[in-house]
Amino acid sequence: MKHSNRISGNLASNQSRVDENKQISFEFNKKSYKGLAGDTIASALLANSVDIVGRSFKYGRPRGIVTAGADEPNGILQLGANEASQIPNIRATQQQIYPGLVCSSTNGWPNAETDVMGVVGKLLGHVMPPGFYYKTFMAPSKLWMTYEKMIRKGAGLGRTSLENDPDKYENINQFADILVVGAGPAGITAALNAARSGARVILCDEQNEFGGNLLSEKVMIDGEPAQAWIDSSITELSETDNVLLLKNSTVNGYHDHNFLTIHERCTDHLSDNAPAGSVRQRMHRVRAKQVILAAGAHERPLVYANNDVPGCMLASSVTTYINRYNVVPGRSLVLMTTNDNAYQTAFAWQKAGRHVAAIVDTRSSAGEIVTQQATELGLNVIYSSVVTETKGGKRVKAALVATIDADGTQVTSDASEIGCDTIASSGGWSPAVHLSCHTGGKPNWRDDIQGFVPDDFNKDMFVTGAGNGIYALADILKDAAKIGTAAVKACGLTAKRASSAKTDEVEVAPSMPLYLAPHSKPSTRAPKQFVDFQLDVTAGSIEIAVNEGFESIEHVKRYTALGFGTDQGKSSNINGIAIAAKKMGKTIPETGTTIFRPNYTPVTFGAIAGRNVEEFFDIERYSAMHSWHVEHGALFEDVGQWKRPWYFPKAGESMQDTLNRECLATRESVGILDASTLGKIDIQGPDAREFLNRVYTNAWLKLPVGRCRYGLMCREDGMVFDDGVTSCISDNHFIMTTTSGGAAGVFNWLEEWHQTEWPELEVYFNSVTDQWATMSLSGPNARKLLAEITDIDLNPETFKFMDLREGEVAGVPARVFRISFTGEQSYEINVQANYGLAVWEKLFEHGEKYNLTPYGTETMHVLRAEKGFIIVGQETDGSMMPDDLDMGWAVSRNKEFNFLGQRSMSRTDSVREDRKQLVGLRTKDPKAVAPEGSQIVFDPEQEIPMTMVGHVTSSYYSACLGHSIAMAVVKGGLKKMGETVFMPQADGTNIEAEICSPVFYDPKGDRQNV
Amino acid sequence: MFNIHCPYCEEYRSEEEFHPSGEAHIERPKDPANCTEEEWGNYLFFRKNPRGIHHELWHHSIGCRKFFNITRNTQTYEILETYKSGEKPTITASTVSKKTGVK
Repeated sequence: MKHSNRISGNLASNQSRVDENKQISFEFNKKSYKGLAGDTIASALLANSVDIVGRSFKYGRPRGIVTAGADEPNGILQLGANEASQIPNIRATQQQIYPGLVCSSTNGWPNAETDVMGVVGKLLGHVMPPGFYYKTFMAPSKLWMTYEKMIRKGAGLGRTSLENDPDKYENINQFADILVVGAGPAGITAALNAARSGARVILCDEQNEFGGNLLSEKVMIDGEPAQAWIDSSITELSETDNVLLLKNSTVNGYHDHNFLTIHERCTDHLSDNAPAGSVRQRMHRVRAKQVILAAGAHERPLVYANNDVPGCMLASSVTTYINRYNVVPGRSLVLMTTNDNAYQTAFAWQKAGRHVAAIVDTRSSAGEIVTQQATELGLNVIYSSVVTETKGGKRVKAALVATIDADGTQVTSDASEIGCDTIASSGGWSPAVHLSCHTGGKPNWRDDIQGFVPDDFNKDMFVTGAGNGIYALADILKDAAKIGTAAVKACGLTAKRASSAKTDEVEVAPSMPLYLAPHSKPSTRAPKQFVDFQLDVTAGSIEIAVNEGFESIEHVKRYTALGFGTDQGKSSNINGIAIAAKKMGKTIPETGTTIFRPNYTPVTFGAIAGRNVEEFFDIERYSAMHSWHVEHGALFEDVGQWKRPWYFPKAGESMQDTLNRECLATRESVGILDASTLGKIDIQGPDAREFLNRVYTNAWLKLPVGRCRYGLMCREDGMVFDDGVTSCISDNHFIMTTTSGGAAGVFNWLEEWHQTEWPELEVYFNSVTDQWATMSLSGPNARKLLAEITDIDLNPETFKFMDLREGEVAGVPARVFRISFTGEQSYEINVQANYGLAVWEKLFEHGEKYNLTPYGTETMHVLRAEKGFIIVGQETDGSMMPDDLDMGWAVSRNKEFNFLGQRSMSRTDSVREDRKQLVGLRTKDPKAVAPEGSQIVFDPEQEIPMTMVGHVTSSYYSACLGHSIAMAVVKGGLKKMGETVFMPQADGTNIEAEICSPVFYDPKGDRQNV
Repeated sequence: MFNIHCPYCEEYRSEEEFHPSGEAHIERPKDPANCTEEEWGNYLFFRKNPRGIHHELWHHSIGCRKFFNITRNTQTYEILETYKSGEKPTITASTVSKKTGVK
């Protein structure tokens, strides 16, 4: 039984945020542990003396908790009690425990404690230099997939659930005058000042409590412990109507024009204990007039040999565990620091009743205040020294300490050994500049604080507090108050006088710029000096990368994988840059940073999607007759967002059986198609005709009232992009139909040309697709059937093919177009959509005696292919011109206005004779149906790669004709009628076919005209 | 996500309501039939794609459905002005200092 690290009684911190009276049981790596309410997984594991939380990525070395926040590189866990609730990439330092929590290490086999890869890592470590994967696994490239699978398994990167996520998520749009990021002393002060001036404020923090670093440090504000100030400030803010407070909420992305995304974890601290129906996470999409970044700073660890042995931690995180969680993560401490601030760690440790073996200060002296305090506490301070190396395997056993020269580049004495089980280090602080860089800001280096601070790239952004390199609490409070009022003014509001709480000014001595503690051996020879723990990047490997010629920090990053982990190098970037800079003989600002990108910490996909999942992912559109189709057993096809009936199988029918039946019924008697999805655009105005004349390839100026015309629409490059029938209702009124999928695009197209090129034309467009239900009756009995339920005179002498009539059908107002996409006698009935189902049912009442047969898109495709009618998007692919489709008849080249696409039709490339042209194909074997997309060759004996001359665009079995039919595009095909082509198949066979006209059925068109 | 001022609605709205439609001020030749292939090709295919100040055509597609123009800095994504179809920009690359992106 290991000793518990939890302290209590007089030793305990009176500011701790855990509740000693509320024990919580949880499971880590299949063992049960107890923590306290208020614990994170990390603090609870440290309290239970769990040293090892995982194994390292490349070398399989044991790793322990290093930090107490978002920067944690080692404590990356898999969370979830069952399959559905699996969550990867949980930072143990940020996840609160709850009853029944189950988590495990993501790497380590058979487990993190006894790891096989650790042995492999020890044996192979020296043969895994930077760029190892590039160099080793590049060839043969086809094996990469195998290698990758192995490496991923070995590395252990967590996994997502194999089941659907049962949780609810949502998005919410927010508008704010001022968004304050981070609720530490700076954020709270800025928010107070902004809120008091009446600004709409959002204050958010990633932690479960407001207060930031004040939760960890023992400081007095306005003469009281800081917690009292936090409580009163938050109370004031929460009682102000114009303030939204969000905890457990990380601002993960700073996007263009002050659009920020806040990832709120509403119930992650409760998990299954949350009330049923709760939203697990919420994404706030905030548009803020002004942003105040008060995101704080991350402490930098110092880099030394074997600095990854469990027990090596960040100084400030040790303070946090002691003060906030009443956990002292060891028995005996060595503190290494470059600054005064970290002395607090040793003081807290000592006051908690544990042993401080030594404070190793890299400087020759420290500030007066901390020096005095250290003396009072009887602490052993060793100046001008570093910890060069750690002894120990699964836990620190000792620190090797040696003196260094003034600039910290080399050791100047032999190392002496100091026994300890914990080494806390502090190399100073790095402002959390991440958000300020997301839209393109490049942070500026400041020598005085040895850190990067945000630049002024974002115009409506302020920065305050440690995030701007201000570290003394007194200065933070003053600055944040000023920034708060400045932001109010920037919003155009009247600001009240800045006010801030008071705290003691503390004198500190300058810190020393040091990133890598020197060792008696060079970095490439010394035991591993880890920079990036998550991806096992060492100081030596960064130096090797520089030696191999990588000069850009972005390249060094990619070559070594520095900062590539899920922690995005929060604790390692600056050290890595500094080490690379030194090796290159450049300064840190000359070297620059890599680019910070959203998201700041990993975000669940569910939170991004919100409620836009399943049926809400993309809307589904239904016609007015949809319920009838469902009742009659239709299978559906997606056409754009529409659900269209595909075919209507009867019991026992195969798909081909159904198609044969539907086709024959239509050709022999009458069939009906729900064509409601066709795009319909109502076009009105005195210049409607002229407008149509410009956008269609054919002539429109003389189309009589009551007549319909088929039109081709081309882009300016002359390629067909839509087609359809447009009808003249009155001289100033037309109704245009478009393809089902192309409706929105055509509508935009018309508006763009009208608004940007021809605003002088008086013409108006209105999308009426959803307002009309459309049903197309086709077949020799179509007229007889329709005549039974309409008052329109259907006399073929007067109501001719391509005519339009208005009247009543089934007792409701209707427009009937005599147009045909099947080549049969056809009437397209349009009624107001809400009458659609009734009219449809009426037709079936009367249609029974004619064997009225509903058919779907598949039969429609076959029937039109028998007639050689194209479908835009099937026969065309954005590279087909009207002449390529042999549809020159639909192009009128002597219109006064040079219509869209006309000039392109005479480009040199457009008049090439070997363009791919639309033809029909008759297979030699009448039953063979070539797969659509089959490539076409002239010479089947040619060696691979064969010369491909086209492809099959449509291919069906025609029941009416008793053989297969196909449409295809073939180079120069129109002049190759009767010639033989071949379609080589994946199975090695060849389908042989003869080029013919694509009009297979009723070539003269007699049937549609009867 | 851009915050775009629609010059017709006279309001700032989110980018989600809009759709970009390429470079602005591409005028269709008055007499296409007499364009050389090169002239027509330039009109059809060649676009500026500048680093810095750019004029773009946008559509308030889920809004008033008007086309309008945006002067945007392609480096910073800052929108310097929006103006109606048929109007000319008041801010152009020549009126803006290259270094700062502002006048």
